[in-house]
Amino acid sequence: MDAVPAFNRGFRLRHDQVRGAWVVLAPERLFMLDDPAVEVLKLVDGARTVPAIVDELAAKYDAPRDVIAADVQAMLQDLAEKGAIRL
Amino acid sequence: MNAMLPSLAPVAPVPDPPLALLAELTHRCPLQCPYCANPLDLERAAAELDTATWLRVLDEAAALGVLQVHFSGGEPTARKDLLDLVRGAARAGLYSNLITSGVMLDAASLGALADAGLDHVQLSFQDADAAQADRMGGYRQGHRKKLEVAALVRASGLPLTANFVVHRQNLERLPEMLLLGEEIGASRIEIAHVQYYGWSLLNRAALMPTRVQLEAANAEVDAARLRLHGRITIDYVVPDYYAARPKACMGGWARRIINISPAGLALPCHAAESLPGFMWPNVRDVSLGEVWLTDPGFARYRGTAWMPSACRSCDQREVDWGGCRCQAFALTGDAGATDPACALSPDHHLMSDAVLEADRPPPPLVYRRIRSAALVR
Repeated sequence: MDAVPAFNRGFRLRHDQVRGAWVVLAPERLFMLDDPAVEVLKLVDGARTVPAIVDELAAKYDAPRDVIAADVQAMLQDLAEKGAIRL
Repeated sequence: MNAMLPSLAPVAPVPDPPLALLAELTHRCPLQCPYCANPLDLERAAAELDTATWLRVLDEAAALGVLQVHFSGGEPTARKDLLDLVRGAARAGLYSNLITSGVMLDAASLGALADAGLDHVQLSFQDADAAQADRMGGYRQGHRKKLEVAALVRASGLPLTANFVVHRQNLERLPEMLLLGEEIGASRIEIAHVQYYGWSLLNRAALMPTRVQLEAANAEVDAARLRLHGRITIDYVVPDYYAARPKACMGGWARRIINISPAGLALPCHAAESLPGFMWPNVRDVSLGEVWLTDPGFARYRGTAWMPSACRSCDQREVDWGGCRCQAFALTGDAGATDPACALSPDHHLMSDAVLEADRPPPPLVYRRIRSAALVR
């Protein structure tokens, strides 16, 4: 429940100034991110827990916590399966 | 001409910036794989770019929008300044990938590369069987050395891709290759059927898989993907000789990748030097940005306007971008022709005929060497 997500070595969130977009750089590939993914991944720092990330986004967007929690969990799960982060 | 009048010439759209730089640092390599994608005319050490020029190219690449640099070759660790170049890439904010045979690496050099900011290592294997691997690489004890280096990469903390080039002479051991990738702790396994350019085209009759082999390999990869889901990513490069549609070679000509040859030629792909009628710019003379935005060679097959009319009206034109120009030239003599990999190409029989080579006994391999190609059993 209180997993602390962190990027695996070889995966990096980076702002691409030329394209004005956030990307995750990965082994021989890169992931283009949509806006919600960027908001979540900016909070993946190896220190915040998943609930802390959810709290922060729920406050920032004044949105129901359970809706945010489901989105965040699904997104992190997907990135973990791709090897980008560990939970 | 009056500068105030609108030009009547069609204005080419400004291309999107490239995503990746393929830096072919050298053609020197201790291995002699007969399926090497390097050109038959290999550059010698004296012709290679110097460190300062490579560092400038890395900075220019980052400014242009490149996000990842792949240090390749030849064997990139044969360059004495590799550490400086990795540092330069990190300084420029580029994600750096080392594509290596591994046989020249040790614990100290790997540690130094990791400290310099290297992001990822792709280690090539020729087979899962040591004797067969060493026969194909033409390098004694190469496989044993690679296993040691794989362990060192993992110990350094760097993520590891295990790369296996597969063909008729090793496909029966694909299950063992996948297991080997798992055993050595790779987070990514690349199973790449040989693509036929340069040395591999010369050896096509010895390397072309049979259809039965190909179908078994497809099933094996599907099963491994299920088994390893969430743990290991498997990338699978299929042979387009058996395909009905061409691959989007390099993601499209001059759309995503810029390649620099050891001598400094800027190319849309590593095989483009084989095409006649181009005057490729050299990064000693021009900036990467100028090449990408203004070079007529880069512009020639970019997008869809250059395509034969059948391709230009095809609904796949922005999926495969017309396939591969080097393959079209190598097989038909016309770099602007429809890629013969396409079943709709009038030259598609060249592919289906070549597939028949797989049912004949393999001719001796021609090993990759600087100087003239020598026949070796």
